[in-house]
Amino acid sequence: MLIKRQARIQPSEITPESVYRSRRHFIGVTAASLLATPALASSFLADKIPSGLGNPKFTEAITPFDLANSHNNYYEFGTDKSDPAKHAPGLTIDPWSVEIVGEVGKPGMYALEDILRPHSFEERVYRLRCVEAWSMVIPWIGIPLQAVLQRFEPTGDAKYVEFTTLYRPSEMPGQRSSGFFSSIDFPYVEGLRIDEAMHPLAILAVGMYGQVLPKQNGAPLRLVVPWKYGFKSIKGIVKIRLTAREPKTTWNLSAPQEYGFYANVNPEVDHPRWSQASERRLDGSFFGNRIDTRMFNGYADEVASLYSGMNLRRYY
Amino acid sequence: MRIVWSKVLLFAACLIPVAMLAWDVWRALAGDLEALGADPGEAIVHRLGEWGIRLLLATLSVSSIARLVKRPGLIRYRRMVGLFAFAYVAMHFAAYFGILAGAELAALLADLGKRPYIIAGGGALLILLPLALTSTRAAQRRLKKNWRRLHRLVYLAAALAVLHIAWLAKVSYVDAYIYGAFTLLLLGERVYHWMRSKQRARQAT
Repeated sequence: MLIKRQARIQPSEITPESVYRSRRHFIGVTAASLLATPALASSFLADKIPSGLGNPKFTEAITPFDLANSHNNYYEFGTDKSDPAKHAPGLTIDPWSVEIVGEVGKPGMYALEDILRPHSFEERVYRLRCVEAWSMVIPWIGIPLQAVLQRFEPTGDAKYVEFTTLYRPSEMPGQRSSGFFSSIDFPYVEGLRIDEAMHPLAILAVGMYGQVLPKQNGAPLRLVVPWKYGFKSIKGIVKIRLTAREPKTTWNLSAPQEYGFYANVNPEVDHPRWSQASERRLDGSFFGNRIDTRMFNGYADEVASLYSGMNLRRYY
Repeated sequence: MRIVWSKVLLFAACLIPVAMLAWDVWRALAGDLEALGADPGEAIVHRLGEWGIRLLLATLSVSSIARLVKRPGLIRYRRMVGLFAFAYVAMHFAAYFGILAGAELAALLADLGKRPYIIAGGGALLILLPLALTSTRAAQRRLKKNWRRLHRLVYLAAALAVLHIAWLAKVSYVDAYIYGAFTLLLLGERVYHWMRSKQRARQAT
């Protein structure tokens, strides 16, 4: 059995049952086989993708692939939403290794293949809510972060997980223009509390829409934390550090009053410059549907307990 | 009535950005993702606003350029550029309200109350409105000296527009720097011109 069913959040909640079922046939790909022949795997998977995803019966249709891979915030390639699709294809992602350091029993530099090989992939259809108040619904392919972290044996002092994106200005033009004209520093750093990282909804993604992840979407390895604003779901991961202290994360450093460490989707806590009460679901329609934003992006039943007793206005 | 061809040409030139936007809207409606990107609403609002400030600064440049090239007659083109600036700013607002605020008055008022960049942008629009309304020759005659005083508010509108851009920037301040620097340059030219004419007046006596 390669696909584990989520206990409470059913993919069928947002994906038509028929599509979801038919998709289960092709998700049964092990990490090893996908990695061995990425090109083959991607076309193999692409052939199996049912056409016409989405179903009028379900209000939350899957975002068309063309939107998801052309509208990206990935400042390493430029600040315009269309920049990553233009510049990311020049990025070398093979070979790729990830450094695992800090409070772990087995630190080291690991080839991506070695990190992924023992795991099987799952498809997860998640809402993606950007802090800029637009959103999408994306079928990711990945591994629960928990399963990966546990293999490296976090110590008792591992209270937080810090992730770092690749820093390679020669291939990432956005990294060449930091300083005066921009206000974020590279490399990009994000982080989670250890219990957030261990939550079954948090995944490391390697694919989407049944294919290998496009480079502008964070290939070869990215984080997906669906109950938090999109900027928490860091792309192009080269380093994972387990630590006793709360990591200093990029957006939080750049504008602490606007971007908190937690960055949980919360319609009641506005961004200082715009409302977070609603969002525009980008769906290929001309104006985008304006819908109400849900607490924890609609995953409150699963994750609210992580924050019981916390003042979410203070820890935004 | 005599047709001034240079004005017809200028009129047509000022229509180019909105014509190009209309063309891209047409392409986007036909399903071309390249035309306006994945978030066409945002793109429309952004482009109209961009042309609003550009034309506003172009309006302010007319008198500076007239002085620089010593052709005071150029001033007669200023009103049209100014009215187009207002038109783009008004369309920018209409698109923001209709698309991004979902045409909900409550959303607009909530934004106005809380978001500094919307206050700045709304302020600039409210200032430009009476200036557009009093742009006729008749109004100029009726208001006499007050007309000039009233129309000096355009500097405040430009400053608010630059502030609007700086405050809404998520990370890159390039636009705010460029428009801000240009505004300062135009203001500097006026101060320089004013000081020089004062000096000349003193020398003449």
